[in-house]
Amino acid sequence: MSSPTSTPGGRKRGRNTNPSTPSSEGPTSPPSQRRRGQDSSTGDLMPMPTSPATDMLSPAAPQDNSLLSSPRPSGTNLLPNEVDMSSPLMYGTPSSRVEGTPRSGVRGTPARQRPDLGSVRKAPQVDLQSEPPSADGAVTSESNTGQRLVIWGTDVNVGTCKEKFQRKVMVFISVVGDPVLNVNCLHVQSFDAELYRQLICYPQEVIPTFDMAVNELFFERFPDSILEFQIQVRPYNALKTRNMRNLNPEDIDQLITISGMVIRTSQLIPEMQEAFFQCQVCAFSTRVEVDRGRIAEPSVCRNCNTTHSLAIVHNRSVFSDKQMVKIQESPEDMPAGQTPHTTIVYAHNDLVDKVQPGDRINITGVYRAVPMRANPRQSNVKSVYKTHIDAIHFHKTDEKRLHGLDEDAEQKLFTEDRVQTLKELAAKPDVYERLSSALAPSIYEHEDIKKGILLQLFGGARKDFSQTGRGNFRADVNILLCGDPGTSKSQLLQYVYNLVPRGQYTSGKGSSAVGLTAYVMRDPETRQLVLQTGALVLSDNGICCIDEFDKMSDSTRSVLHEVMEQQTLSIAKAGIICQLNARTSVLAAANPIESQWNPKKTTIENIQLPHTLLSRFDLIFLMLDPQDEAYDRRLAHHLVSLYYQSEEQIEEEFLDMAVLRDYIAYARTYINPRLSEEASQALIEAYVDMRKIGSGRGMVSAYPRQLESLIRLAEAHAKVRFSEKVETIDVEEAKRLHREALKQSATDPRTGFVDISILTTGMSATARKRKEEVAQALKKLIQAKGKTPAMKYQQLLEDLRGQSENAITKELFDEALRALADEDYLTVTGKTVRLLA
Amino acid sequence: NNCWHDFITASQNNPNSGWEAKAVEFFKDHLKEKDAHTWVPSLNDVPLHYLKPNSLVKFRCLIQDMFDPEFYMGVYEAVDPSTKAKVLRCGKYKDVTECGVRSLPNTVTAERQTFYCVPIPGENPWVKEISSSCLGFVQARVVPSTSYAPTRQKRSYEEDDDMDDMDTQMQREPHTAGVQAGPQSPTEQHGNGDCKRRETEAPSSQTAPASHLDLNFPLPGEKGPSCLVKVYEDWDGFKLNDTLEVFGILSVSPALSALADKKDASSSLLDPTECMETAEEQRVHSPPASLVPRLHVLYAKPLPHNNPLLPSATLEDNSAFLSSTLSEMASVRAELLTFLTPILLGDALAAEYLILHLISNVYSRRDVLPLGKFTLNLSGCPTVASYTERFYQIIQQLVPSSYYLGMSLQNMNQMRFVPKKDYSANRLVSGALQLARNTSLFLDETQLEQGQLDTAGVRNVTALGNLITWQKVDYDFNYHQMEFPCNINVLIASEGRSLLPSDCQIHLQSQITPPHMEEYLSSIHVHPQASQLNKFRMYLSVARLLNYSISDEVTKSVEDDFVDMRKDDPQSISAEDLHRMLVVARLLSLSLGQTSLSRDSWLRAKHIELLRRSRMEQHTCVNGNEP
Repeated sequence: MSSPTSTPGGRKRGRNTNPSTPSSEGPTSPPSQRRRGQDSSTGDLMPMPTSPATDMLSPAAPQDNSLLSSPRPSGTNLLPNEVDMSSPLMYGTPSSRVEGTPRSGVRGTPARQRPDLGSVRKAPQVDLQSEPPSADGAVTSESNTGQRLVIWGTDVNVGTCKEKFQRKVMVFISVVGDPVLNVNCLHVQSFDAELYRQLICYPQEVIPTFDMAVNELFFERFPDSILEFQIQVRPYNALKTRNMRNLNPEDIDQLITISGMVIRTSQLIPEMQEAFFQCQVCAFSTRVEVDRGRIAEPSVCRNCNTTHSLAIVHNRSVFSDKQMVKIQESPEDMPAGQTPHTTIVYAHNDLVDKVQPGDRINITGVYRAVPMRANPRQSNVKSVYKTHIDAIHFHKTDEKRLHGLDEDAEQKLFTEDRVQTLKELAAKPDVYERLSSALAPSIYEHEDIKKGILLQLFGGARKDFSQTGRGNFRADVNILLCGDPGTSKSQLLQYVYNLVPRGQYTSGKGSSAVGLTAYVMRDPETRQLVLQTGALVLSDNGICCIDEFDKMSDSTRSVLHEVMEQQTLSIAKAGIICQLNARTSVLAAANPIESQWNPKKTTIENIQLPHTLLSRFDLIFLMLDPQDEAYDRRLAHHLVSLYYQSEEQIEEEFLDMAVLRDYIAYARTYINPRLSEEASQALIEAYVDMRKIGSGRGMVSAYPRQLESLIRLAEAHAKVRFSEKVETIDVEEAKRLHREALKQSATDPRTGFVDISILTTGMSATARKRKEEVAQALKKLIQAKGKTPAMKYQQLLEDLRGQSENAITKELFDEALRALADEDYLTVTGKTVRLLA
Repeated sequence: NNCWHDFITASQNNPNSGWEAKAVEFFKDHLKEKDAHTWVPSLNDVPLHYLKPNSLVKFRCLIQDMFDPEFYMGVYEAVDPSTKAKVLRCGKYKDVTECGVRSLPNTVTAERQTFYCVPIPGENPWVKEISSSCLGFVQARVVPSTSYAPTRQKRSYEEDDDMDDMDTQMQREPHTAGVQAGPQSPTEQHGNGDCKRRETEAPSSQTAPASHLDLNFPLPGEKGPSCLVKVYEDWDGFKLNDTLEVFGILSVSPALSALADKKDASSSLLDPTECMETAEEQRVHSPPASLVPRLHVLYAKPLPHNNPLLPSATLEDNSAFLSSTLSEMASVRAELLTFLTPILLGDALAAEYLILHLISNVYSRRDVLPLGKFTLNLSGCPTVASYTERFYQIIQQLVPSSYYLGMSLQNMNQMRFVPKKDYSANRLVSGALQLARNTSLFLDETQLEQGQLDTAGVRNVTALGNLITWQKVDYDFNYHQMEFPCNINVLIASEGRSLLPSDCQIHLQSQITPPHMEEYLSSIHVHPQASQLNKFRMYLSVARLLNYSISDEVTKSVEDDFVDMRKDDPQSISAEDLHRMLVVARLLSLSLGQTSLSRDSWLRAKHIELLRRSRMEQHTCVNGNEP
């Protein structure tokens, strides 16, 4: 019986998953074949020695050919008969591998086992006419051709199912030369709901049928193509993406899609698919397939009738790859106050090592429950099942995050009702005010700051200028809050951090540059270098809240320069050189350097931040104690009511945090406003106006950065209204808010004028002018002194003070000296000033 | 208890009769009876090996971890070994199936959720004592857990006696509760045998349970049984760190551990269940039942407090009790004040603030802001004669649960404060900050010495800061953090101003001159009478549970006050100060048993705040270097 040429020793060693094994003919053909009452030992194709034609037919075929001794099918164009009811059952079984010689055509391409579907081949087919269904009462037999065959226990009619799927494929998909065909279940549903229902309920039976259908179709169209193995169908997106928490006993053996995060992957487990037994007496070999994790060891050698003479030969048995993946609920899906659930997933064959711990994935698979093994020595067993999912398809939801925007991941599922509520809310004329008051209701007033943060939450529209060389245009709004300690800045930050799905909260004091960006470390387990991302990268597409911004060390702050304008992070460490996306909005809070805000000083002087960084903030707000009676009264009322109002009253007054969150998510995902003609005009005017204000006093009060800020704010405001167009009102509000913020932060305390140069150069124009004047006065003074090559520093300062009508501080004097030194007029050494000329 | 067996056996032959709902109803009804809960033995007090398997027990616990839901055979078909007939069995409330399970078609799969529960962390000895003395049958034998040190030879005999004793006790109890008790059924005898057998292994497990199995208690040095609690309905309502009183059926079947052992020994490649769990996971999720018993819940009651002195009904339902306590509160408060003042070195103001702190409670949250918290920083604590330890001992006598955390460098660097998910064992490894609501956390900053905090230390200090400011702990889930709100009263004892934030700082003004400190401290080691202590304990717990409101009039006058104060000197009072004053006023009213703010209380709150602030300014001037 056994083919003489089929004994190349090493061929199937290890975890050889190539199922195109030769000659598995033998006593262990699948029961389905036996069922048909034929001679099970031979099957429908007789074993033959390797035909020389094989090599001629496909000379390019890989290694297998010369070794194969399996019978040749009568021709490559021989397609299995549609009504050949044995074919689905033969699919993926050893008997189908028999036909594996010519590497083209549906019969020629080796079928790969699908351990993910378990032992489908064991499913018997029942003829409904002769044998009425017993248990499940399968009744469907829609086929009018009299073919009433269904797979036992289900209502799946193989022929109909196949036909339907082929038609479906024709409609939706064009097959490319890829051995795996991913099928969106939603397409199946829209094509045929009944087929979809069958797919969900009986994946174990339906998916192989799909496989078969697709292969037939493929080889019908491309009879000459060569594939590594037969095409496998991988459905995904089943029904709805279900939460792990919703899984219940009814889902067992059904096709499900759940989302989660990979927390652990196991080592690779070689799983035996087929055991190879050899008789110790006569060297007769036989193969036994693994059935539900067990091997039925043949007790009698069929060749020599010796009992208990068969021994397993491991390196000729067939193994497949298997990996245990543990996934955990994503933190977003969880109810508060509970711990996340975990589920075990088995990945098979090429799905092994597809995912890594930390990946967010959507997984489609068959949910299984296995009873705990009964102990042979004990009658009592644990009455508990072990559950797992056999993975059929993985979809990484954050795969593209490093490279581009992944719309799928962003898309939260909104129900119709929810969208309706949100749209109703958006239609209200005061939606902007409503939302801003819903933001952190426990923090009193600061309306403009809340509005600014609201616009930050919505963000501008993304624009891609990479074609013109500019790269991505920053769409995120950055905001800096500075002000007296105890003005609930931290609370505002905490609120925002809790509100947005991808928010990070760090404190400037406690974070280092690497903690913000990314660092390279050696993984303790694998000893490989891995890139650990920090807060800024983690909050990509979210908001990074940085408290105590002023306490951050300079080196830490310097990494923010790149992030806040280019929105990328470049890393060159330990041989890892990469650029990560960090499209994050920064919401920072800083305390004044003297613990109390000094109104006599400028923003820069108060918080001591480099102006290069400050100019990257779109809005800089001061949170100061207004010290005004009416305000105090309102504040007191607000606080007292905070302490005695019941939860219900609060609910009534303000929008729910969840509604706000959905509103923002919806707007961010679906609304992408563009500038209208009027709006562009308004923006241009606004910018020109801003420039004009300054030019009258001989200084520039606006830079292109400010124009960009205005555009972003206007877009964000349009998003708040759910409007696809940026209109004049949006520009008006953006202008107002920008002016408010400027008024607060860029007012020159000496003159009372708004002066943008405080933020852009760190010094107001008046201050610069004054420095100039003092330097000139000093020069005059020195010239008046005549030919004295050296002067005492202190003496000079006093002379200048006596001469000038304004108070001259030491700092001012030093600056004047430095200015003169720059002109090469004098040098300062210690306490003496020398003239150079 | 016995009725349970009857019930089960009666219903097992008829699994679809809807008995499950009826059974739960039955137990709920019975447990509502006045002292019904007293005749159910408690796992907290009675050592495990004195409890009968498959009997009804209760357990006062905290949900430390939530495991994955499990599917079990709700109904299955088995072969009766004697008659060889097929019978349908019910798998609910059981861990192990009886007889061999047969084919699958008739099996009904159902779902249940497992919680890992530990005794309430930091529960003080007096709580345990009082709650165990409530139990009728334990009263007969004074302290059950410690009095047992029987010699080896005599054990079995004595044990039998004891068991009989207990059995008869337990049978007598149902009588009083109106449940019929039959003669000892065979199952019970079997249970006795089980107990005896387990007796041999119990002592070893009690002495060194941690050596081979970490029971994952949040606080170091805790003892007591932990339990795998199986919940059959409404498990979504439970949250991590909830405190519960669970009534359920104890399952300690040795088969459970036997299964686990076998698993470890044999590693067959082909068993699909084999590679699902690592060895650690096995150990954690199916520990030996003799150490971690299983409890199948019939009824779980959330505990708003764990003070056994208070009646079990809620305050609203118990108006008689409420009104009588309310009227007494002012006088008890005065007593408590006189009791605490000498302990705080004769500083009455500090004693007053301490009372306010002890009854504080996070009663609500507005978005991220917890309302009602009142973290007290008691600065100026003498460092001699282990003052802080003594002080803590007094606190321990007063509150139901508390924990002393010396902020020594070693503790800060080495202790685990924040719970962390261990993915290889698939459990939440507990930390010192996983505490039940209203636990008093005593931070002793006088223990702080010079040195360097390492990364873990910095993280721990940050966690403490977060706990104080936001009343939340960010549990470490490796790939992300998860925020769990908490409600912990933090009291910081320090020499100077604490390095941690606090809602309120008060500098201790000692009436005792330093040379006499040692002497004085040893003399104040007072042990008040039990009755007085119990009065204090009741007082503190009740004050915390009261409702509170502010009338419109008072709101108005508070607003006016605020505006006036700001007018005089805007620097004198900020929004933050008003926040604190409102909390102080609230706590002051509650401490006097008033459920709404009166003008007087508000003025008094203002007054004591003023005193405190002036003291702080004074202190700042003296020290100069204080910020």
